[in-house]
Amino acid sequence: MNARPVYIVDGARTPFLKVRGGPGPFTPVDLAVQCGRPLLLRQPFARDAFDLVILGCVNVIADEMNPARVAALRLGMGEAMVAFTVQINCGSGMQSIDTAYRYIRDGSHDLILAGGAEALSHAPLVLRQEAVEWYAEFAQAKGAVETARAVADIRPDFLKPVFGLERGLTDPITDLNMGQTAEVLAHRFNITREAADAYAVESHHRLARAQQEGRLDDEVITAFDRDGQAYDHDDGVRPETSTEALAKLSPVFEKPYGQVTPGNASQITDGASWVVLASEAAVEEHGLTPLARIVDSAWSALDPSVMGLGPVLCATEIARRQGLSCDDIGLWELNEAFAAQVLACLAAWEDEAFCTRVLGLDAPFGRIDRDRLNVDGGAISLGHPVGTSGNRIVLHLANEMCRRGTARGIATECIGGGQGGAMLLEEVS
Amino acid sequence: MTGPVLDHLGEVKLELGPARDATRQKGWRAARDDDDVVWLLLDVAGSDTNTVSRDVIEGLSDQLDQIGNNPPACVVIRSAKLSGFAAGADIEMLSDMTDPEEAEALLRQGHDVLDRLEALDCPTVAVVHGAALGAGFEIALACDRIIATDGAHFAFPEVNLGLHPGLGGTFRLSERIDTLEAMTLMLTGKSAHTVKAMKLGIADQVVEERHVANAVKAACAGKLKDERPGLSDRAMSMAAARGIAARRMRASAGGRAPREHYPAPYALIDLWEEHHGDRSAMQNGEIGSFARLLASDTARELIRVFHLRQRLKSDAAGDDAIGHVHVAGAGTMGGEIAAWCAIKGKRVTLFDPDPQAIGRALGRAAAICKDQHLSSIETRDALDRLIPDPGGDGVPAADLVIEAGPEDIAAKTTIHADLEAAMRPTAILATNTSSLPLNRLAEPLRRPSRFGGLHFFNPVAKMPLVEVVSHADTFSTVGDRLAAFCGAIGKLPARVAAAPGFLVNRALTPYLLESLVLLDEGLTKETVDNIAERFGMPMGPVELADRIGLDICLHVADSLAGQINKPLAEVPAWFREMVEEGDRLGRKSGKGLYTWDEGEPEKSAARPEPEDGWIDRLILPLLDACVECRRKGVASDADQIDAAMIFGAGFAPFRGGPMRYARMRGTAEIRDRLTALAREHGNRFAPDPGWDEMD
Repeated sequence: MNARPVYIVDGARTPFLKVRGGPGPFTPVDLAVQCGRPLLLRQPFARDAFDLVILGCVNVIADEMNPARVAALRLGMGEAMVAFTVQINCGSGMQSIDTAYRYIRDGSHDLILAGGAEALSHAPLVLRQEAVEWYAEFAQAKGAVETARAVADIRPDFLKPVFGLERGLTDPITDLNMGQTAEVLAHRFNITREAADAYAVESHHRLARAQQEGRLDDEVITAFDRDGQAYDHDDGVRPETSTEALAKLSPVFEKPYGQVTPGNASQITDGASWVVLASEAAVEEHGLTPLARIVDSAWSALDPSVMGLGPVLCATEIARRQGLSCDDIGLWELNEAFAAQVLACLAAWEDEAFCTRVLGLDAPFGRIDRDRLNVDGGAISLGHPVGTSGNRIVLHLANEMCRRGTARGIATECIGGGQGGAMLLEEVS
Repeated sequence: MTGPVLDHLGEVKLELGPARDATRQKGWRAARDDDDVVWLLLDVAGSDTNTVSRDVIEGLSDQLDQIGNNPPACVVIRSAKLSGFAAGADIEMLSDMTDPEEAEALLRQGHDVLDRLEALDCPTVAVVHGAALGAGFEIALACDRIIATDGAHFAFPEVNLGLHPGLGGTFRLSERIDTLEAMTLMLTGKSAHTVKAMKLGIADQVVEERHVANAVKAACAGKLKDERPGLSDRAMSMAAARGIAARRMRASAGGRAPREHYPAPYALIDLWEEHHGDRSAMQNGEIGSFARLLASDTARELIRVFHLRQRLKSDAAGDDAIGHVHVAGAGTMGGEIAAWCAIKGKRVTLFDPDPQAIGRALGRAAAICKDQHLSSIETRDALDRLIPDPGGDGVPAADLVIEAGPEDIAAKTTIHADLEAAMRPTAILATNTSSLPLNRLAEPLRRPSRFGGLHFFNPVAKMPLVEVVSHADTFSTVGDRLAAFCGAIGKLPARVAAAPGFLVNRALTPYLLESLVLLDEGLTKETVDNIAERFGMPMGPVELADRIGLDICLHVADSLAGQINKPLAEVPAWFREMVEEGDRLGRKSGKGLYTWDEGEPEKSAARPEPEDGWIDRLILPLLDACVECRRKGVASDADQIDAAMIFGAGFAPFRGGPMRYARMRGTAEIRDRLTALAREHGNRFAPDPGWDEMD
């Protein structure tokens, strides 16, 4: 197969907005429009020049079925713009890039807008199954007697809603909450509460520094709501936090003995992100300046109870395929679902037995220093809008590689349900 | 969106029955279908819009003759024009009906035709799409049933022309729907949109165009479900109850338009109070009253104002070729201009160095959408088109850049230089300055020929006028495109030449300054405002200054004073101090010359009668400035000045505008009066040489 080069030429995202009770000011498509408009505005080509729009979104709201298409139309990309939505849980935002990458690589497309959008604050309240069944009966009731009988069957707890978000973050196969899977990894890889908290503190400090130094200015675009309020930064950041402060928090998933707390887990946020992918021909035609080239991508799957190790499988797969060692990768974005989970991945790569038996390597993969891992913070400080995060880490990796002149970088994430996704970027010479 | 598929499928086809291809006779096409239903299509020759002329009424009469000879099972009346049902009476015809007796005879003829339509034995059905206004609405009301398609709207705008309905509307609407609701529609001229029309009972049913044939069948078969609200209110059949209601209506009308200036609403209220419920008395009363009103000066002038509006609209013709507007500056004016353009379908980028200012402008944009009664989908689309642009990335993509920065030459020059550097060479740069000299702003530009003024008035959403200003080097095609742009966003352009204050502010400033002098002389602000309101201004100069903002008034006055040769009234020192203190700037600060409460000034009830002659102190300086603008060629002619002052400054419409008023009163007399005032109060009243050309 004649693989064509595929470039990331630009990208932008909204600030990630912490869910603070109640629906936030933006739906998933609102968020996609907020960062999509200025991104399209700064392109030297017309917005209908794209061949395709792909958007990752997990919690699609009822008013926005196929949010990719709704966003494309609201962005004024023209009625002829084909658009579809992809969903692979926490990997959705990277899945959109990967699909675009493969289409361009194989020659069917030249210019694709690939994104992720998630408004976890809009996750619906779900009725209990018994209540749904009751309603179906009530709706079909004929005549006064049947209706009255149906009404008599109503139970108060029918109205007690189930939080859709809580169900969404629980694996249906193992019935483990995502936080519990992190507890499993902490236990298996001897990750201490102290190590996890220290990692989390560093995440906040790194994001705060990047914000302060203006290194996110091109990437993060101010969003404005209808009341005119401006949202100009990732607002979950806690620059002043410390290990002492985090040590005071109680475990939330496995009380009382667990170690995963709100402080060392990713935050629940709303946010959207887009990346522009172009073929060589599109780069030439429109005079674009690529940020990075996508070289390879891989997806792996494992038992849902240890989903947090997903990155280890897929990233190693890429390295093996490309003949790269751990040290050949100058920059890593490894989505911070949980501090313990990130640290477990690092531990696995240094564990000889794990690397030889599970990954099929001859020796440990190696040590990934913190100075090349999540250099500007991650989901713990930024938040984790599930369908968006995979997009954000690729975008930020491309930007940061460009800024540092790093030759190669990998963005990778664990995926609820027991999967992992990874993408290898290369500097454009 | 109109892509190839919808282009191919074409516009929505109107259901025209078998009459689609029938021969046109006096504005009507008629044919009978297999069910013995006669389709009568109103299709006036030579226009995209139906208006009801003498010819149309006679044509309808002929059709009714034929129907009488061979009675059908049902009659359907609708328009064959895509644009709508009918826009009302032919204004040219109204203009020609100068003799009250002839007018009355013509009206009786029209009434007779609609009475015959109403009296047909078979069911009659009007199918209305788009606008059914005035006489068009009255034809529909003479039918048994009205079927509306989505987007249909009904109104009696006659009151805006100094008239009331004259072809039976006063009684037919009052009989069809709640009579108080009917009176409100007729007194305000407001339109009842589809849903409201259904709610009020004007329309029997609302259907999609694709179901019109079936709905007509149902209506002809008498199977149309009667969904109209029952007329429960019978109280108004009692004269005493009507008396109370009429008093209330008169009081409410008096707040907007006094009887001596606008007699039509009062004539209608009188008619209703006296005769409601008595069909033949109402009919006779309506005919007589309409004929009298038509002959009145107010109606004549308001009909002329209608023509003035058409004239400005015709100046806005053509394709503006402007898809993307960049607005630099998100202050009150910039923000509202951006919001308005986005609401009207333009893609807009809004820049300001302060992101919070952009945020505030977006908040106001959402509020304007609400004021304009946009649906949630329309609001979403408008706000999606309005793109906050703190980085100024929109400039290279824009076809038109509107600069709404601080009113300062140096600041604007810097802003223009930055914008020009990033703009496409074919794009137009327009400034929203209200008083800075355009020629000086143009000097440092690289492409002065593509630079002009777009002077919007505050509040943008409500003021219909925009001054389109050309300086010496502006390409005429650039002026044309700016005027067409005004048309595209639903504004009326007044094309004027670059001159101090352009036209409207040049004329308005002496008037506002003189009101301050009158205050200085000891008149109360209520008295001063009363003088102007008695003359027919929608509000007095003191209230107007507060609404504009005292800081802006002072800035314009100072800027003008530095640019024109003629002396202006001295700005009183107390006024200057007040502006400098900065916390009493008018409506926007809640306090100015008046104290403001929820957007309205608190006025004391005591309003001394104005003395004769005071009005001349206020109005004559305004007239004089208009004459000067005409002499200097700032405006193209007297009619344009009248139009601009009515639509941009609210000059008493029933007086036809300042130039018209001067002519009616006598230019020689005004010149003498100015000379006398100059002797008494100073040279600011000295008549402009232009008065001599007016004789």
